[in-house]
Amino acid sequence: MLRNVGEAYWRRKAKSVVEKRAKKGTLYERKAVEGVREGLKQWQDTVYAGWVKKSPEATKDAQTASGIPLKPLYTPDDVADTGYPEQGFPGVYPFLRGIYPNLYRGRMWTMRMFSGFGTPEDTNKRLKLLLDHGETGLSIAFDMPTLYGYDCDNERAHGEVGRCGVNVSSLKDMEVIFDGIPLGKVSTSMTINAPATVLTCMYAGVGKKQGVPFSQLRGTVQADMLKEYIAQKEWAYPPEAHLRLVRDLMVFATKEMPRWNYISISGYHIREAGSSAVQELAFTLADGFGYVELGLEAGLKVEQFAPRLSFFFNSTMDFFEEIAKFRAARRIWATVLREKYGVTDKRSLLLRFHTQTSGASLTWQQPLNNIVRTAIEALAAVLGGTQSLHTNSYDEAWALPTEQAVEVALRTQQIIAEETGLPSVIDPLGGSYYVEWLTEQLEEEAYKYFDRIDKAGGLLKAVKTGYLQREIAENSYRLSKRVEEGKDAVVGVNKYAKPEKEPIDTLKIDFKAQRAQTRRLAAVKRERDEGKVRAALAKLERAFEDEDANSMYPMLDAVMRYATLGEVMGVGRNVWGSYKEPMLL
Amino acid sequence: MKPGGPERIRLTKKATAVQRKIRILVAKPGLDGHDRGALVLARAFRDAGMEVIYSGLLPSPEQVARMAIDEDVDVVALSLLNGAHMTAFPKVKRLLDKLGGKDIVVVGGGIIPEEDKPELTKLGITGLYGPGSSFEDIVEHVRGRVRKERWTG
Repeated sequence: MLRNVGEAYWRRKAKSVVEKRAKKGTLYERKAVEGVREGLKQWQDTVYAGWVKKSPEATKDAQTASGIPLKPLYTPDDVADTGYPEQGFPGVYPFLRGIYPNLYRGRMWTMRMFSGFGTPEDTNKRLKLLLDHGETGLSIAFDMPTLYGYDCDNERAHGEVGRCGVNVSSLKDMEVIFDGIPLGKVSTSMTINAPATVLTCMYAGVGKKQGVPFSQLRGTVQADMLKEYIAQKEWAYPPEAHLRLVRDLMVFATKEMPRWNYISISGYHIREAGSSAVQELAFTLADGFGYVELGLEAGLKVEQFAPRLSFFFNSTMDFFEEIAKFRAARRIWATVLREKYGVTDKRSLLLRFHTQTSGASLTWQQPLNNIVRTAIEALAAVLGGTQSLHTNSYDEAWALPTEQAVEVALRTQQIIAEETGLPSVIDPLGGSYYVEWLTEQLEEEAYKYFDRIDKAGGLLKAVKTGYLQREIAENSYRLSKRVEEGKDAVVGVNKYAKPEKEPIDTLKIDFKAQRAQTRRLAAVKRERDEGKVRAALAKLERAFEDEDANSMYPMLDAVMRYATLGEVMGVGRNVWGSYKEPMLL
Repeated sequence: MKPGGPERIRLTKKATAVQRKIRILVAKPGLDGHDRGALVLARAFRDAGMEVIYSGLLPSPEQVARMAIDEDVDVVALSLLNGAHMTAFPKVKRLLDKLGGKDIVVVGGGIIPEEDKPELTKLGITGLYGPGSSFEDIVEHVRGRVRKERWTG
């Protein structure tokens, strides 16, 4: 998938889904299905046709958001060849119905709301507040300079420090963020990619200073560089260089930080960039297979690293297609890992995933409507069996969310969890003719995409030539045009629009963060042992130049000596240069 | 008056406006990879008959202004969703003025809070459309401003 191409596996799989997988143990007797088919035809001719003739349907050419054509009704005939053993049971291969035997009956999904803004002090205060409220899972967002690996005093950081998240320019900042927070007792999710290795080193550094062994550090970095080139576009170096760093992280953490989840394979950004559900599913899983191959190339066994991989999906407005997407993802991951990569260890087959509701589905018009959208999207994620969930705030099409809006978003999850009774039954939509049929459709489309990616020269090449990016841009334009032409409705935008009222309150961030951070960085540079920093950076450069070295050790050393984020990332810029994406227009 | 070939100098303003397609630079002047809106708009501008140049990702405000001058555009359409619009947008505008592009129309969009709009508008950065805005409105806005610039500029 990543580099090797020309495998017949994907083609064969795509075909086997079309031809239906199980000839053995189908759900219905042939005869019964024939009866259904006859009954359906009769219903269509005598009941449905006459009715529609009298009152024509508004819904013509119905299709899912991905463009899969829809029939008005689904029956056992549509899932007649799906063997029940293929659906199986929760906690049993291929995990279509859930990765754990009792899903939310045992443990509710984790309500993980991410935060992070302004200065490290601001974020430290927010984290402590969350800990006081009983949260143990911290989740941190970083500002743009940090995400791109620039220090706060870099010219490119001007006006952006502390805006979309907290700024980290050196180990000192991380020490402040986690001041008074025992790293041995919390788990920290950091939404960081290009500099994920550096931030992991900094986190380990803070742990070391607190006296917490690396082996006890729990948390997640996103570190999914493939999706950066496909969608989010926050990179520092060419793809090969970043993949090599991800490899170093995998090898290092497998050995030294066994409780560190080092890649969160993310479809979220792929979807937000304008892809369809099918593309999100296919490209994200393709990335997942890419990392599996990367780990294998590094000499690791799948069993060693697969349990440390998790997924991160989007949930947006086409309710049933989203649910089908989550279910299909679980089944594809388990199936391919077992069949293609020969994995038998059960823990390695489980597709664990976090979900965030769609930011792109929010409108700045009539913002309170966003609460309803988010609730529907959250419901789809829960019905799809998510392990954790972030619900967006209704004001996010305007600016960073206010506290009140964040609270409503959290309450939305709590209402689903505690008022609807939904968690009592596992995979309640399993067996729905429509949902099972749609799940298979999505799987088929995903396998076809894997084959196309292969034909485009493998994943890495497909990224570098812009094939995947163009596929997304194409779909994104198609969606926008459908809205523009009124084919797809967006309430309050192209339907039921009205003149806008007063704007809602938004969170304000001033230049305080930039000034404070620049001051602290200057102090860090004054106080550190410059000679040792230079020596550590020179050593890191040699490690970067040696393809076989693991750069995490010298990086940790440089970070501990207060080499800044920008300096460490700068070493890589010297060695590998920067990257210009292919023309997409 | 924009620099142009000798034959264009002989044309009246009105003839120029009719003759010349709108040239527009779509740009994201900052550390912001959210390019969905920019890419979609670039295609919408093209479909509306404009000549579109896309900056690619991560240019600095200086590079955007330089590109606008070099490409001799009528319009620069800026997009940012990272909250840095109050520094990056005015910076591009200032640099354009400095480099001799005072007559280049600057429009913007992205996630722009209501209270930031008056200040940007005062600087001559207009539009300021958010997610979910219609192509038609945006295209009309751009055309309207170019028309005005060509008649009164």
